[in-house]
Amino acid sequence: MIVGILDWGGGNLASVERALRRVGADTVLSADPREMERADRLVFPGVGRFGDVMEGLRARGLDRLLIDAVAGARPVLGICVGLQALFEGSSESPGTAGLGLLRGRVRRFERGKVPQIGWNRVEPAGAAADGAIAPDHYYFVNSYHADPEDESVVAGWTDYHGRFASAVAWRSVLATQFHPEKSGPAGLALLRRWLGEEP
Amino acid sequence: MLAKRIVPCLDVEAGRTVKGRRFVDLVDAGDPVDLAARYDAEGADELIFLDITASIEGRGPMERVMERVAERVFIPLTVGGGLGDVEDVERMLRAGADKVSLNTAAVRDPGLLTRAARRFGSQCVVLAVDAKRAGPGRWEVYVHGGRTPTGKDALDWIREGADRGAGEILLTSMDCDGTAGGFDLELTRAASRAVGVPVIASGGAGGPSDIADVLTLGEADAALAASIFHFGVHGIGEVKKFLRGRGIEVRP
Repeated sequence: MIVGILDWGGGNLASVERALRRVGADTVLSADPREMERADRLVFPGVGRFGDVMEGLRARGLDRLLIDAVAGARPVLGICVGLQALFEGSSESPGTAGLGLLRGRVRRFERGKVPQIGWNRVEPAGAAADGAIAPDHYYFVNSYHADPEDESVVAGWTDYHGRFASAVAWRSVLATQFHPEKSGPAGLALLRRWLGEEP
Repeated sequence: MLAKRIVPCLDVEAGRTVKGRRFVDLVDAGDPVDLAARYDAEGADELIFLDITASIEGRGPMERVMERVAERVFIPLTVGGGLGDVEDVERMLRAGADKVSLNTAAVRDPGLLTRAARRFGSQCVVLAVDAKRAGPGRWEVYVHGGRTPTGKDALDWIREGADRGAGEILLTSMDCDGTAGGFDLELTRAASRAVGVPVIASGGAGGPSDIADVLTLGEADAALAASIFHFGVHGIGEVKKFLRGRGIEVRP
C-alpha cells in the first residue's frame, strides 16, 4: 500500500507522514503529480491560508491530480484546509476559487475563541460516515469551517458554539477538519480504517 | 463542545528530563521520550517541553528529543526555551514540534511573533508570559526564566502578542509557581478576557481541585502542570475523572 502525500509547498507534512508510517503505510511525499501515479491512495494535508493552499496546488498541477483521482475512484484523504479546498471558496481568501468538487463555502467561526484549538467531539453522520468516522474526541486547530450545501456529504458533526461539518465523505474522498495525525489513538485508528477499506 | 485540556510540562536539560522546582534541586528523571509516552498513555491532551538550559547547552539535544518523541507520540507537541529567531522555530517544527513557545526573545523583538506567525501560521506560535503581581489587578512581565523584570504590563503584552499573531498564550503566574497552592485565578481570568485566543494557565497546580478552579473560575482553556504529575502525586486520569465529576468537558 503506497500512500502519496501531496507536498503543495507549505505546512508541516512530516507529522502526517510519521502517523501513516506508524499504521503501516509506505509513503511517498512529493510535489510532482507524476510521482503520485504509483500511489494507491492520496493524502492532502492542508495547513495555512486557503489562498496559499490553492495557489500551491495549482502551481504544481496537484489540483488536476486530485480531480482526476476522484474521477478514477482513487481514495483521497483531505485534512484541515485539505477539507476546505474541496469546496467552492472561502471567506479567508475571497478572490481564490477552491476545487469546487463540493458545493458550499468555507466560513470563519463567528463565536467563541478563534482559532478553535483543542480536542472536540465528532459525531458520525448518516451514510456518509460509513464506518470511516468513529465517535470520539479529535484534535482541531481551525478558524474556518466548511458549510456544505448538500448535507448528505457530511460524515461528522461537531459543536463549537453551534454545529459545523467536521468531516465529509463523497465518492472516493474522505476529509476531516481535525488532524487525525495529532489525535492520538483515535486518529491512528481512523487512519488504519481508511487504509483498510477497499480502493 | 471543545474539551478543556490537561497539559503536562516536561523540563529538559541536555536531553534528559529533570524534576524539581525550576532551576534548583534538579534531579535526573530519565528519558523524556519514555515520560512523554507515559503521559500520552495516561490521557495527556498535549505535551510541552521546556528546554531549561538551551542557551548554555545548545539546541542539538532538544531537537533529537523532539524527533524521538514525534515518532512515538501522536498528540500535539510544543517546545520552548531559548528559541531566539525564525530559524530556531523552523528547526524545532522540522524536528517534530507542532508549536513553539516564545518568551524572552519575543519581548526583546516583538516582530518575531509576527514573522513566525506569517511564515508558519498562528496555530504554531505560542506566546509564553511569566507574570508577577505588581499591584491590584496589575501584573508585570519577567524574562530570562523569571529573573529579569521588564516594566511591561502583562495584560497589555498579552493583547499585543495576540494582535501580532500568537495563536495561544501560555501564562505562568510567578507568584503561584512552585507553591502547589492553586493558580492565580484573577490573572488567568483577566488574560482570558483580554484576548480572543486560548489561554493555557500555568503555575500553582497542587491538585485536581486547583485545576478545576482555573478551568472554570479562571476561565482558562487549558491547564499546565509539571510537578504533580512528575512526582506521581496525582495521575492525569485521576484529574480528568475529577473534572468530569465537576461537569467540566474533558477528553476521556
